Amino acid sequence: MYKYDHYDQAMVDTRVAEFRDQVERRIAGKLSEDQFKPLRLMNGLYLQLHAYMLRVAIPYGTLDSRQTRMLAHIARKYDRGYGHFTTRQNIQYNWIRLEDAPDLLADLATVEMHAIQTSGNCIRNISSDQYAGAAADEVVDPRPFAELLRQWSSFHPEFSFLPRKFKIAVIASETDRAAMRLHDIGIQIIERDGEIAARFYAGGGMGRTPMIGPLIRDFVPIGELISYSEAILRVYNRYGRRDNKFKARIKILVHEMGAEKFIAEVEAEFAHLRGLNIDAPAAELARIKAFFTDPPFEAGLPDEIDRLDPDFAVWLDQNTHPHKRPGYAIVTISLKPIGGIPGDASAEQMELIADLAERHSFDELRVTHAQNIVLPHVRKADLATIWGALAEAGLAEPNLDLVTDIIACPGLDYCSLANARSIPVAQKIARRFADQQRQRDLGELKLKISGCINACGHHHAGHIGILGVDRKGVENYQLLLGGSGAEDASLGQITGPGFDEDGIVDAVETVTETYKTLRADGERFLDTYRRVGMTPFKEALYG
Amino acid sequence: MKILTGNDLKTGDVVWWTGESWSRHVSDAAEVGDNSVDVIAIEEAARRATAIYEVAADHTAGGILPVHIKEKIRATGPTVRPDLKLAPADPAAGSWVI
Amino acid sequence: MAEPVEEPAVTLDAFLDQSNATSVRLEEGEDARALIPHLDRLSLIEIGFGSFGDGRGYSAARILREAGYQGELRAEGDVLVDQIAFMRRCGFDSFAPERPLDPEDAARALDRWSEVYQPAADDRTPIWSKRHG
Ligand code: HEM
Ligand code: SF4
Repeated sequence: MYKYDHYDQAMVDTRVAEFRDQVERRIAGKLSEDQFKPLRLMNGLYLQLHAYMLRVAIPYGTLDSRQTRMLAHIARKYDRGYGHFTTRQNIQYNWIRLEDAPDLLADLATVEMHAIQTSGNCIRNISSDQYAGAAADEVVDPRPFAELLRQWSSFHPEFSFLPRKFKIAVIASETDRAAMRLHDIGIQIIERDGEIAARFYAGGGMGRTPMIGPLIRDFVPIGELISYSEAILRVYNRYGRRDNKFKARIKILVHEMGAEKFIAEVEAEFAHLRGLNIDAPAAELARIKAFFTDPPFEAGLPDEIDRLDPDFAVWLDQNTHPHKRPGYAIVTISLKPIGGIPGDASAEQMELIADLAERHSFDELRVTHAQNIVLPHVRKADLATIWGALAEAGLAEPNLDLVTDIIACPGLDYCSLANARSIPVAQKIARRFADQQRQRDLGELKLKISGCINACGHHHAGHIGILGVDRKGVENYQLLLGGSGAEDASLGQITGPGFDEDGIVDAVETVTETYKTLRADGERFLDTYRRVGMTPFKEALYG
Repeated sequence: MKILTGNDLKTGDVVWWTGESWSRHVSDAAEVGDNSVDVIAIEEAARRATAIYEVAADHTAGGILPVHIKEKIRATGPTVRPDLKLAPADPAAGSWVI
Repeated sequence: MAEPVEEPAVTLDAFLDQSNATSVRLEEGEDARALIPHLDRLSLIEIGFGSFGDGRGYSAARILREAGYQGELRAEGDVLVDQIAFMRRCGFDSFAPERPLDPEDAARALDRWSEVYQPAADDRTPIWSKRHG
């Protein structure tokens, strides 16, 4: 894992001091709310439906146990004993006091964490593959590149007042576990003829105009990662729309300009910038890579697992993933207990997860964009012990990628932009499909819910998506089918008129039942939908 | 009726305009009539509350409650965490929730 | 910081049309690169910030410095104390905020960051270079 040196630490400490000063000036009246807002947003502090909300960055989703315990401490000391893990691999606290925020950030800085650029019209926390460093299918570990980009983008003087927020994801395998093409910039690290390089996509995003980012350069030499990124950002900063905040994301620029013209602009800027020597020295990437080398894996571990306990066997099949090393597995801890709040974890649960990571996963854990937690490097021999501990804490739901593994944004229960509640809908659907046999029979089914068009819950990218809308002051839910955030990215289509809260639960069931009658052998819901199209589902729903 | 809500500047707590001050309980809210713009300007400048806005409300059996579901939830807390809910009629609620 | 130039700046169109003016004012959205052929005769370029959230002026400033502009580069308009450190890194060397800055706050803001992560238009060495001597 990356460790701060005195430079990184000084930057974060300085930011805490700066924000303390800004909070004091706000409380003293030297800053109006209008002036303060962009400053607090750049420190992840929102004003939400009930209180200030703080979003803490988890760079590329990686944490150690000390950091996780600090997250638990913050939940207890400054919040109400829990936090919410988000689709951008961050954590949000819902009940923060402005006057406490500087102390909270100072506590976070002691474990090399911060809330820098987790909001605002700047380059946000950079997300990555939650299986990085553990997956068998990756070319290299993508996180060193994400870390280099983190440094470059932190306090970037030219790109702190962009037209709109800017999100970057970095992956390094053909399987996309990070919804890379739904980001403002998606980077896939590739290897060609023995050379590591970056493939760039730009102009993806969700929100009210969802778009899948087009390829804009197939091969950027890794030594020019920064100058090429800078070229994209400069073109966006200069030409992105500022007249309408709903049209200000880079996806609209790419769309309106046309990918070809956009690429030409970026290439021209790149030709100029690559001569200015702004890239990091190669030694820096090498230094960073040294933090992400393999932990001391043991050789010769057994692959056999005792499957005698049937509940354990179910969890094992559903929530573990093959590791690149024999004798090891990747474990996903579901934060989606039936009837629970997707992505929420209590301080006690965070501490348990920290203990497990420390004892059984080389002190590492990950946050996934599906709002779950991953223990990346677990000895197969330890799986039963881990499962036992998780089960006791209500964290052993065996539902990874099944219909009850629902992504849900905070919705109207917490969010002042919401049109409808997301969480109660997620809870009702999970209860309806609680039967494990039934879930497994339905197979992989990604259900994603957003409480408004902003799409924080990725509803366009759900195999089944649900969008909350306001119909004359009453919550109403639209249903979308056929989206995917994976390497086969696609955008879901709306089925037709919306449903009320109970109606949407029935509608989801109608869709899954229809799928069961139509599916061919081995087909996932998404495959069937792609083969048969919308019509049979529409008929079943509105018939 | 029309009432004003905002957040306590320092704590972020949801507050309601009582006619002279701010309360954490929507039941203390007072009709602002046509004075919203003035009260908002004065109160933003006074820096007790921030992000102040007007909402429509009704007298209900349970006391004053905003008309729209968003401010209802704002007044009473997340519907999915009954343990964190602020019951407007419970005199002790202010201390156990905030 | 450079001695401020007193001569009033003309608009970009007026400047390109004529002239022997030595100072020019760029609004947001105007192309800084249009000035590149004329940098030699310019002693002041003023860049307007109509609203502090509009960050196009930062790119304009850097583009001018990258092209070798040596004269005064002034940020005018909705320039706030929490932005001037970024502005200076992009090449601005004078500030004409429409609401005056508290000099103490301004000095503190400019001194705050002892290190920088990335290169910009100033000559500061980024951390990633310092780490490797
Ligand atoms: C509760 C406070 C939140 C607010 C005020 C908020 C606000 C927004 C807004 C305005 C957008 C649309 C941006 C645009 O299209 O230009 C957006 C998009 C998004 N937000 Fe949130 N959000 C919140 C919470 C979250 C949470 C909890 C998550 C993760 C679960 C999240 C992740 C995202 C993602 C992934 C997108 C869509 C991707 C994209 O940017 O295109 N946000 N958010
Ligand atoms: S999708 Fe809408 S309701 Fe949900 S968190 Fe985002 S802004 Fe709020």
